[in-house]
Amino acid sequence: MEFKKPTSLLDVPTHYCPGCGHGIVQRLVGEVIDELGIREKTIGTAPVGCAVLLYDYFDCDIIECSHGRSPAVATGIKRVLPDRVVFTYQGDGDLAAIGTAETIHVANRGENITIIFVNNAIYGMTGGQMAPTTITGQRTTTTQEGRGQNQEGPPLKVCELLASLDGVTYLERVAVSTPKDIMRAKKAVKKAFQNQIDEKGFSLVEVLSMCPTDWKVSSTAAVDFVNNEMKEVFPLGVFKDEK
Amino acid sequence: MSATTAPGHTETGKKLLLKGNELMVRAAIEAGCRFFAGYPITPQNEVPEYMSQLMPKVGGTFVQAESEIAAINMIFGASAAGARCMTSSSSPGISLKQEGISYIASAELPCVIANVQRGGPGLGNIRASQADYFQAVKGGGHGDYRLIVLAPASLDELQDLTMNAFDYADYYRNPVMILADGLLGQMAEPVDARPYEPILELPEKDFVLDGCKGREARVIKTLFLRPPKALVTHNMRLQKKYETIASELQLCENVQTDDAELVIAAYGMTARIAKGAVDMARQAGMKVGLIRPITLWPFPGPAFMEVAGTAKKLLVVEMSSGQFIEDVKLATECNIPVEFLGMGGGWYPTPENIFEKISAIYDK
Ligand SMILES: Cc1ncc(C[n+]2csc(CCOP(=O)(O)OP(=O)(O)O)c2C)c(N)n1
Ligand code: SF4
Repeated sequence: MEFKKPTSLLDVPTHYCPGCGHGIVQRLVGEVIDELGIREKTIGTAPVGCAVLLYDYFDCDIIECSHGRSPAVATGIKRVLPDRVVFTYQGDGDLAAIGTAETIHVANRGENITIIFVNNAIYGMTGGQMAPTTITGQRTTTTQEGRGQNQEGPPLKVCELLASLDGVTYLERVAVSTPKDIMRAKKAVKKAFQNQIDEKGFSLVEVLSMCPTDWKVSSTAAVDFVNNEMKEVFPLGVFKDEK
Repeated sequence: MSATTAPGHTETGKKLLLKGNELMVRAAIEAGCRFFAGYPITPQNEVPEYMSQLMPKVGGTFVQAESEIAAINMIFGASAAGARCMTSSSSPGISLKQEGISYIASAELPCVIANVQRGGPGLGNIRASQADYFQAVKGGGHGDYRLIVLAPASLDELQDLTMNAFDYADYYRNPVMILADGLLGQMAEPVDARPYEPILELPEKDFVLDGCKGREARVIKTLFLRPPKALVTHNMRLQKKYETIASELQLCENVQTDDAELVIAAYGMTARIAKGAVDMARQAGMKVGLIRPITLWPFPGPAFMEVAGTAKKLLVVEMSSGQFIEDVKLATECNIPVEFLGMGGGWYPTPENIFEKISAIYDK
């Protein structure tokens, strides 16, 4: 099989660290956009986080949003252009800390958009501080003794949280730490976009992803961390699938 | 009443009797505004309320956002998608919007933001105020950017400036703020309905993100990392635009300033109240006039300098403890004495208050 770059992605090197999950997730989104033939009617949002340069990699219209506000920006775009495909791509700090209100309300309004939520349990871009999804005991630059020693609370589980909202159509948590997981992730991403095309409403795919750099581990150890630790705290699966 | 007449089908000469907040909504929709997002806060609640009624009638979108932060970011998206769009709030809510406004200004997206000011700081009160002058005119958000700031002093002018605001926004690709206050928002007076006609030749929106069919993909962004000077270049371009706006768009009203020895400087509702004081002073034989900036940014500096060349004294009146006065002193280079009457916290003057002050300083 020939390994080709999706048309929706530009043929450029990315700035992501070796072993980072962002590149894989981004590629899955690109492949899905290609397969659904929607590149020319898609508008994506870039987050504040390691994926901020999304627009340097995607060959479709992109707007870069302030930290956490992509869901509000996407709402504005989608309401003005309901027949276009609008997706956000957000990290855990972006989506589940500073942007929590926007996340909950875009979901509850049932906005017909697609959210790709990359959960790497850390603030990548700013150098490895605690994220809302940092797991208990995990060491970060602001939880040097491990999360849980300073009343940080347990990790926030976004799919579980959103599953209680009646406005939500589809929620699935996947990972990109094994080939099998990646294939499952692709299916979920595709479904989340297809839902939007079919005007089914709000879809979010949470992707457990590696950040070897800020976890301060090797690429293989990062894969192990997702498989052995993160999947324990954040079980994979479909949390909501309204017909 | 206008509520039954669909905006966009206004006959000239039709009389409207609406609150300022409602009139602003009507004028916005008349001018083609088709997206509004906002969050309730007194004294501007009639804006989202009336928007929620009228928008569906013209096929537009009304969103009651989860916060002012969300609202301004919805505007960011709606403007990027090509819609004429607007948000409104009052002082504390406008503070929350500041990050978003900075992004919109940097991305050079057109939109209209109304601030129906109330007393501050903090939660303050819900009385009229002009204490957000610095925030509106000097920045408010981070970075070197400018808003075009319009200060209507009557409902008639509120109607005009609301419509014009959309044209200025599109023409200059810049956010425009309507700096109103609780008095203007809440009062009602009869107004002739003005049908919308663009006042400027509007450029094609070649920045819109609507999918890249038949063209190269577009990006709207405010991060400039590479090359190292990219952000400097971007800033220089913005500054050049601001210079152009400053040279083309200075609006000011002079009332009996030609022979005036004392000129009151005031804007918005305060200027309207001051007009009463000018009449009282004239009747009492004092040569008093009024200078009223309609654009607070760009500030009509030359008009102020001219007045400073003929008058002996200026009296700044504002509903704040002294913000607008700084621009008056700058514009006139302190060539003549500048007296002050003002207070923050929801205080507003009466013509009698101002007349009293005039009488006290006129001969001094
Ligand atoms: C208002 C605001 N606060 C803080 C920041 C700094 N900041 C940039 S990225 C980031 C965290 C990003 O983490 P996450 O969303 O998890 O994405 P990742 O980098 O891990 O992909 C922060 C706090 C900012 N740019 N804007
Ligand atoms: S810091 Fe982490 S999330 Fe950011 S690019 Fe590097 S590995 Fe990826």
